[in-house]
Amino acid sequence: MSILLRMRGITKEFPGVVALDNVELAVEHGEIHALMGENGAGKSTLMKVLSGVYPHGDYSGEILLDGEECSFNGISDSEKAGIAIIHQELALVPQLSVAENIYLGNERTRGPGFIDWGRTASMAREVLRRVGLDEDPTAPVSALSVGRQQLVEIAKALSKRVRLLILDEPTSALNEAESDNLLGLLLELKEQGITSILISHKLGEVTRVADSVTVLRDGKAIETLSTSAGRVEEDRIIRGMVGRDLDERYPERAADIGEVRFEVRDWTVDHPTQVGRRVVDGAGLEIRRGEIVGLAGLMGAGRTELAMSVFGRSYGRYVDGTVYKDGKPVHLRDVGDAIAAGIAYVPEDRKELGLILDDDIRRNLTLAGLHRVSRRAVIDPAREAVAAEEMRAGMRVKSNGVFQTTGDLSGGNQQKVVLGKWMFAEPDLLILDEPTRGIDVGAKYEIYVIVQRLAAEGACVLLISSELPELLGMCDRVYAMCEGRITGEVPRDKADQETLMKLMTTTKA
Amino acid sequence: MQSTPLLRTLRDLVRNNARQYGMVIALAVIVVLFQILTGGLLLRPLNITNVIMQNSYVLILAVGMMLVIITGHIDLSVGSVVAFTGAASTVLMTGWGLPPLVVVPLALAMGGLIGAWQGFWIAYVRIPAFIVTLAGMLIFRGATLIVLGGRSIGPLPQSVRMWASGFVPGFTEGPHLLTLALGAAGSAALVWVQWRVRARNLAHGLPASSAALTAAKAAATVAVVMLFSYALADYNGIPIVGLLLLVLIVGYSFLMKSTTAGRRIYAVGGSEKAARLSGVKTKRTTFWVFVNMGVLSALAGLVFTARLNAATPGAGEMFELDAIAAAFIGGASASGGVGTVIGAVVGALVMGVMNNGMSIIGLGVDWQQAIKGLVLLAAVAFDIYNKQRVGYGRAGGTAGRKGSGSGPLPPEQAEDSASRKHKEGSAEAAAPAPPR
Repeated sequence: MSILLRMRGITKEFPGVVALDNVELAVEHGEIHALMGENGAGKSTLMKVLSGVYPHGDYSGEILLDGEECSFNGISDSEKAGIAIIHQELALVPQLSVAENIYLGNERTRGPGFIDWGRTASMAREVLRRVGLDEDPTAPVSALSVGRQQLVEIAKALSKRVRLLILDEPTSALNEAESDNLLGLLLELKEQGITSILISHKLGEVTRVADSVTVLRDGKAIETLSTSAGRVEEDRIIRGMVGRDLDERYPERAADIGEVRFEVRDWTVDHPTQVGRRVVDGAGLEIRRGEIVGLAGLMGAGRTELAMSVFGRSYGRYVDGTVYKDGKPVHLRDVGDAIAAGIAYVPEDRKELGLILDDDIRRNLTLAGLHRVSRRAVIDPAREAVAAEEMRAGMRVKSNGVFQTTGDLSGGNQQKVVLGKWMFAEPDLLILDEPTRGIDVGAKYEIYVIVQRLAAEGACVLLISSELPELLGMCDRVYAMCEGRITGEVPRDKADQETLMKLMTTTKA
Repeated sequence: MQSTPLLRTLRDLVRNNARQYGMVIALAVIVVLFQILTGGLLLRPLNITNVIMQNSYVLILAVGMMLVIITGHIDLSVGSVVAFTGAASTVLMTGWGLPPLVVVPLALAMGGLIGAWQGFWIAYVRIPAFIVTLAGMLIFRGATLIVLGGRSIGPLPQSVRMWASGFVPGFTEGPHLLTLALGAAGSAALVWVQWRVRARNLAHGLPASSAALTAAKAAATVAVVMLFSYALADYNGIPIVGLLLLVLIVGYSFLMKSTTAGRRIYAVGGSEKAARLSGVKTKRTTFWVFVNMGVLSALAGLVFTARLNAATPGAGEMFELDAIAAAFIGGASASGGVGTVIGAVVGALVMGVMNNGMSIIGLGVDWQQAIKGLVLLAAVAFDIYNKQRVGYGRAGGTAGRKGSGSGPLPPEQAEDSASRKHKEGSAEAAAPAPPR
C-alpha cells in the first residue's frame, strides 16, 4: 500500500504553549486511520493544520499529499486538494434543503450564477444514495435527526470528490443505532477507496473499524499501531494516551472525612431538544462531609449534564432521580432551590456562564449571595465593598481592587472570581466543572489550595475534570462516567490512570 | 514633554470619567449653544418651565425604557399604550363620569396588565421583545381607535388638568418661596449624601475622592440646583409634574443602584445565563420590568392626555422612539446590562432642549428630525469609541459570550482561549501553561 498523506515534523505553537511538537503522521491509501488522545492532546489542532485552518507558515513542518508538498492557506485550498473535515458541530444551514446544503458554495449552475435545480436534485439524490440516506433532497435539514444530518455532511464531502475524509468525534452526538450506521458507512466508503481519519475517544469503535491507530499525548505523536497483525491491544492504547507520571503539582492534604451529606440516586436526564436522547442514565453517587470526590469521563460522557441538571435542573429534561441531603430528599426545581439547599456550581464555561464580564469584581462576587450584604432588599454598599474586598484578597485575585471590570482579568483570575462568588454563598456542596481549564500552573495551584481549604472546613466537593492527574492528585474517591452512566467508583489508594481510562471507555455491552 | 502632577491628575480625571460624565457635558454644551443661538431665550424662567412640561411624558417613558433596555430588550409599544390608557381614562371620566381618584389607579392597573401581557410573551414564551411589542404597538393603537370611535374626546375635568399644567402653590407674592425652600432642601440633601458616601468609603478604607474634589462637586451641585430652583421660582414655582418627575427619578435611581431587585435587573441584562446560574429568577425579572414599563406608560398617558385636555387617536405617536433614543443617548448598551436612570434623564433632556431650542430659532421640523437623528448616532458612536479607548480589551470575551450553549467546550477551543489570553497581555503575568 502506498502513502496518501504524510505529515512531517509538524510543530504548532500558541504563545506560551506548544500544542504540537514535531508530530509525524502517515496515512495509507484506502485505510481508516484513528487518532486518539486525551482532551487537549492536540488531535484537533493537528487536523486544523492539515485542513488549512492554520495557514501555511503558521506552523513548521511539511504536509505531503500523494508525495506532493501542500501549502494550504485556508479550508478552500485543502478542499480543492480533496480533503474534507467534518466537525463535531455540524456546519449545515438548518433552514436550507438537503440538496442546497450539499452544494452550498459549490452550486450546480447554468449560465452566470443561475442555479440548475434539476441537476442539483438529481446529483444530490445520487450522492445521498452513496451514504445510504433515503431522504428527499428538497426536505429542510432541520427536519432530519442529528445522525442523518451527519450523513448529509458526509454526502456534501463526497460531492466534492473527496480523497481524505476527516471525522472529528463523529459519534459523540449520536445514539447507538446511529453510531453503528455511521461506522458501517465508513467501512463501505473504504471499499469505495476513500481514506478516512477518525478522531475518537471511544476505544470500542476504534478497534472495530480502524486499520491503524496513532496515539497523541501532550502534543506529541507517541506511536502508531497497526491492526493488520491482529486486534490492536486496548491496554496499550490506554497506556499511550495517559503514559505520564504524576508530579508534585498538588498540595498535601490530610482528609478528614465524615458522614454522607449528599446523595444522588437514579439520576436520569434527556437531551433538552432531541427527544428520547438519554444524556444521563440512572447515575448515582454520594459525597461525604469534607470529601473531595472526582468525576472522570471523556467528552460527551455526561458529566457537565449530570452536574447542571442536579443544580436546579439547569440542563436538559428531567426524567427521574432524587437528591438527598443529610438523608432527606430535597426538591431542586430551580437554581434558587439548589442554592437554598447549599449547592454551588462553578461552570466550565466561565466567560459565558460564570461571569457578567461587563460588571466589576464586586458585583460578580456578591451576585449569588446578595442577602448577605443587604437588609430588606436594600444593598449596603459599604458592607458589599468590604465583603468583596475580603473575598478578593482571600482568593488572591490579582487586580486593582474590587471595582475592576472582570472582562479585563486573565483567565486564572476570572476563575478565582467565579470560585469566590460561590465561596461567598457559603455552600455545603461545591461542584467544580473543569475548574483549571486554560489556566496557568501558578493559578491552578492556588485554586487547589482554596478547594482543599473548603473541604477541610467540612464542605463536600465534586470535582469534574478531564485531566486524570488532577483527579488523582486532588480526590479522595473518583467516579467514572461513560455514555451517561456511572461505570465505576475507585478509592484514592486504588486509583491510577489506566484503571480510570478503562472505566471511562466502558461502553454499553 | 514633562507633565506636572496636577495636569496628569486632571487628564486622568477627564479620561476616566469621560463615559460617566460625557453626556452631562454634552447636555451642558447643547444648553450653552442654544442659549447663545436663541439670544438668551432658552434659559428664561418661563422657557425652563416649558421644557419640563413638554418633556415630562418622554422623561417618564425614558426611565421605564432604560430598565427595559438594561435587561436587553426593547419596547416599541409605549406610544400606543400612552394613547390607549389616555383614551380609556378619558372615556371613563367624561363618558362614565367616574371620579379622577378612581380612574387614575384604574389606568395604572390597566397599564400594568398590558405590561404583564407583553411580559408574558417575552419572558415565558420567549418571543423576541421586538416582535411582541411591535404587535402591541398595532394592537393598542387599534384599541385606541376603537375606544375613541376615531374621534378626539375632551375636555377633561378641571382637577385632572391641574395635575398636568398646575404648579405647587406658593403662599406669598413675588418669588416662589416654597420652590426656593425645596431647592435648598434638595441641595442640602445632595451635599449630605455626597459627604456621607465619602466618609463611609474612608471609614472602610475604600477609594474616595479627595476633599477638594468633593467640595468642588458639592459647590457645583448647590450652584446648579439653586440656580434652577431660582429660575422656577421666578416664574410660577415648581410644576406638579416636575415634582412627580423628581420622585420618579430619585425612586428609580435608588431601585437600580441600591436594591437587590435592581442588581438582578442589571445581571439579567449583562448575561442571562450567568444570572440564572447564580440563582436570579431571570424570567420573573424580565416579566416585572415589562409590567413596570406598562404602568409608567399609563402614567405618561395620563399626564399627556391631561396636558392636551383631550384624548386623540394619534396621541403618543413616535414616543417610543423618543424614549429609546433618550436611553441610548444616555449611555444604555444595545446588548443590555449597562445604563443608569440618570443617564436616561440626561438623554431625554438632550433631545428636549434641542427640540425646544430649534423651535425657538425657527428651524423647520424637517431639519429638526434630521439633526436629532445625527445627534443620536453621534452619541452612541462616541460611547462606543470611548469604551474601546478606555481599553476594554475584550476580543476574547466577546467571542466567548457569543459561543454556543452549555455543551462542553472542545479542548482546542480552550487552548485557543488560553492563547488569546496571552496575546491580550492581561493583568496577570501568566506562566506558560503545560500542554495537557
